[in-house]
Amino acid sequence: MRPAYDTLRAMLTTINFVAGVLFCCLFWLLAGDAVTEMLRPRPVMEQKAYRPGTGGGGEPEEKVTNGIHDATGLIFAEGFEAVRGNCTACHSAKLITQNRATAAGWTEIIRWMQATQNLHDLGENEEIIVKYLATNYAPEDVGRRAGLDVESIEWYLLELE
Amino acid sequence: MQNSRREFLRTASLTTLGLALGTKVVFADNLPDGMSLIGLPGKDPGMVILNDRPPNAETPAHMLDDALTPNDRFFVRCNGLPPENANPATWTLTIGGEAVRNEKTYTLQELKTRFPVVSYDLTLECGGNGRSEFNPPAKGNQWSTGAVSCARWTGVRLKDVLNDAGLTSAAVYVGYYGKDTHLSGDPDKVVISRGVPIRKALEEESLIAWEMNGAPLPMLNGYPLRLVFGGFPASCSGKWLDKIVVRDRVHDGPKMTGQSYRVPCKPVPPGRVVPDDEMCIIEEMPVKSLITFPKTGATIAAGKTLPIRGKAWTAAAAITKMEFSIDFGASWQACKLENAANRYAWQLFSARVDFPQSGYYEVWARATDAGGNSQPMLLPGWNPRGYLNNACHRIAVKVADQ
Repeated sequence: MRPAYDTLRAMLTTINFVAGVLFCCLFWLLAGDAVTEMLRPRPVMEQKAYRPGTGGGGEPEEKVTNGIHDATGLIFAEGFEAVRGNCTACHSAKLITQNRATAAGWTEIIRWMQATQNLHDLGENEEIIVKYLATNYAPEDVGRRAGLDVESIEWYLLELE
Repeated sequence: MQNSRREFLRTASLTTLGLALGTKVVFADNLPDGMSLIGLPGKDPGMVILNDRPPNAETPAHMLDDALTPNDRFFVRCNGLPPENANPATWTLTIGGEAVRNEKTYTLQELKTRFPVVSYDLTLECGGNGRSEFNPPAKGNQWSTGAVSCARWTGVRLKDVLNDAGLTSAAVYVGYYGKDTHLSGDPDKVVISRGVPIRKALEEESLIAWEMNGAPLPMLNGYPLRLVFGGFPASCSGKWLDKIVVRDRVHDGPKMTGQSYRVPCKPVPPGRVVPDDEMCIIEEMPVKSLITFPKTGATIAAGKTLPIRGKAWTAAAAITKMEFSIDFGASWQACKLENAANRYAWQLFSARVDFPQSGYYEVWARATDAGGNSQPMLLPGWNPRGYLNNACHRIAVKVADQ
């Protein structure tokens, strides 16, 4: 009688153990990111040095990841609020983030939008906006033609006959 | 480890989404993190969205491998917002302007029944296709290679309708007006109103179209009615077509003037500020080609022959020669080139590529047209707005070791 009871207890222990391991695996699979995140020491500055107004808060549309404002894709830096407030009313921020220009170039684009696209007078915000754009979205010299960006190529195996 | 778990979760959630939608989420791998899985309405999620207000999306080269571009892969270029609730039953087209005898309005049904209905394969390419490569950079949507597509358009000839309305000898240019709305929300502001010289308007292949590849136009491509002019910048082919004006002068609607869709009349050094009066309207688009198979990044086994395929197009009579190079232009080899279905349709090309040994290669493609024009390997002449980049397309290929 007694040995059978021991066997049953051993089996139950094993089943419990296996279930426990499975549960842990499942938990890790589903919530591992969050746990790792919790255990990792907080970086002192998650954003760039810039942090007034928006950007650090709990609202999902105000989240900033690695210096990029999640909702708009704009670099979160000085002048961000002015750019978001004045530029994204008409067009999406993608029109900004895909372009590069000098201060003179960005000013010219603003003049063009004022002359033809109903953009209002930006007043004292203009200087802030142009500075933000020329600093964060400045042109790079790529010569007469850039080579293929070999680093970013996604290599795949092509099966041939 | 963490990455692979994330990968698994991503795959799992996409699979779940696919199950929920009853289909596989094609090209989900191409989605940047955080990008909407839905994409633009009526468009393949593999399209690269450059802007969502206004909607602008290009087609990656490997997604242009079909002989004719499927409607959900035809590139999207909008200057404003498409009209809401466009109704073909009540849609009308008005022909007016200084050089028309009497202003005349047609219902869509009248257009379909009063004039011969024709179909042509016509390539449309945005004037700014390839803009992203210019240095110094040019403002605007940073198109790489994918603002081009070719479809079979069905409609009536523009010249038949213009003749019905009665052209006068004063006709110089036609301009269009569409029913799209301006981003600023101002209902009276015209988004874009461009057009073509009268000689182009009167060509056989210049269409007022309501069908693309046998189906109604996609909403983002001008539903229910648009102009189609092959060989000219696609911005000439007005969408959501409401009115055509026959002008006694060069049309001067928004984006015809200033620096829009214009290049310096004389070549300028990169970065030069060019006054408006020294900028000339772009008419014909240059000779160009794309490798549509394989997708860049192919790794093949040693000793294998790689088949390549692609498309070539021009505003000239035809593409007459198509070549590829695997040694950065030191030598060129001929591709097999098919005839066009009609003028302004793109032409299919193919070749079989052998590699001398294992390693990293780039396959470059170069088209030459009946006018003797070919594609540069570097960027063509710099211009302030970054138009007309017809530099050779190239893909990366790796041949594995034995």
